[in-house]
This record gives sequence, C-alpha cells and structure tokens, in this order.
Amino acid sequence: MKHTLTPQRYLILLAVMLTASVGDTLLSHGMTQVGPVSLAHLGLLLAAMKNPWVVAGILCLLGFFASYLTALSWADLTFVLPATAFGYVVVALLSKFWLHEAVSVYRWAGILLIVCGVGFVANGPSLTEHPQPAGKEA
Amino acid sequence: MTVASPFETWATIVTVAATAVAGDVLTAGAMRKIGDLDEIRAHSGLAGAIKAVVGSPMFLLGVLSMAASFFSLLFTLSNVDVSLAAPASASLTFLGNAVAAKLFLKENVDRRRWLAALFVCAGVFLLSK
Repeated sequence: MKHTLTPQRYLILLAVMLTASVGDTLLSHGMTQVGPVSLAHLGLLLAAMKNPWVVAGILCLLGFFASYLTALSWADLTFVLPATAFGYVVVALLSKFWLHEAVSVYRWAGILLIVCGVGFVANGPSLTEHPQPAGKEA
Repeated sequence: MTVASPFETWATIVTVAATAVAGDVLTAGAMRKIGDLDEIRAHSGLAGAIKAVVGSPMFLLGVLSMAASFFSLLFTLSNVDVSLAAPASASLTFLGNAVAAKLFLKENVDRRRWLAALFVCAGVFLLSK
C-alpha cells in the first residue's frame, strides 16, 4: 500500500515548517530586546521570560514539538526531516520580503536545493511498510 | 574567534550532530512504537496522548540526547565560529539521520530520500553563506 497523507496531515506538516521558523524568529527578536546573557548574569534569563516576544516564541516552539511528534507517529523520520528544513527557506523568504534583508546568491542556491530535496521526498510514500511477522496478519 | 584546533573543532561539531541524530532517531522510534497519535487522541483525549508519549522511556532518552546536543552546541559555539559550527552540525545531522533511520528504524531510504538528504544537507550549508 502506498502511503499518502490526508489534507489534515499536510496541515500538521505545514505547522512543523512554520512554527519552528516563526518561533525562532520571535525568540531572536525578543532576545535582542533583552540583551546579551552571560554565564555571570544567568538571572537575566528569568527576566527574558517576561518579554512577550520570548513567551510567544516559546509557545510556538512548544507547538512545533507537538506537531513534530504527531508527524513522526504516522510518517518516517526521513520523510518529516526535509519538511523541518523547509522552515529555513521560510525564514530566508521572510527576511527577504518582509524585513527586506539582502539574500545572497549562495542563499538562493541553498533555498533551491532544499526545495528540490523536499520535492523528492514529498512525491514518495510517507511511511515504510514492514511485512507483518508470520501469524500476526490482521 | 576560532581558537580550537581543527581536531577539536570537528570533534565538537561531530558530537553535536551525533547527539542530535541519537535524539531524533530515539524520539522517532518511540513514536513508531507508541503508534498513531491522532488515533490515541481520538480514543483517550489529549491527556492520554501526552501520557503515552511522556511515559515512553525511549522518548525520554531521546529528549535527553536532544538536551545533550543543545549543550554541546553551546560549548562548541564558545570555541568555534558560529558560521562554521551551526551549518556544519545541521548538515551532518541531516546526513546522519538518513543513515541512522535506515540502520536502526529500518526505514526504506530509497534513492529519492538519499538525494533529498544530500540536497538538504548542501542547501542548509549554503543558506548560512
């Protein structure tokens, strides 16, 4: 049986891609407001927990972990991982078109490679079928 | 900022990647054992799904490996330039995961998935340029 995914499961994979990149971006925005944390001033990390951007970032990353685990429960690791890499592409595109940062030729090449990689995997089955041990057939 | 010798540099980067691979493979293996989370949630609710995941020793071991990877990345970043350490460990993790998924999870890593792992590995490295 070739495993294909329902629309709801594609939404979970979309959540995996978006929550990781958006969460990282929120955290990085929040931590620039908090300022540099050194080993001597670890208390600053507690203060960071009061920053709304940091809190939103942590919530996003919790959402990422939940959707990542859900995806792993019905798809192969080698199917889900390229999807997580697609998050890097989302960050690069966000930084180009939203923050108007310069994206170098190398980064465009990297984006192209990741998109191709995700495309290869997305066209295949999402889960490896293991033959049932003898006597266990349903 | 690089102060470490090439051996130290690559040893720490490989440690970050190896612990990350262990974390990913252990959590993926745990989720395969636990079964479809959507179905578990339909039967016993979100609390039941969370209990099934957190109660798995394999999952907890995976989280421990991820934590080890995080702290070894912090250690690496204090000795090695971030522009080398971050993309190199991320790329190695993608390749290592493909190998480990085939060996330990018995996933069918066909030519399509090998190509994807190589493309993503190279792509992640280029993104940092």
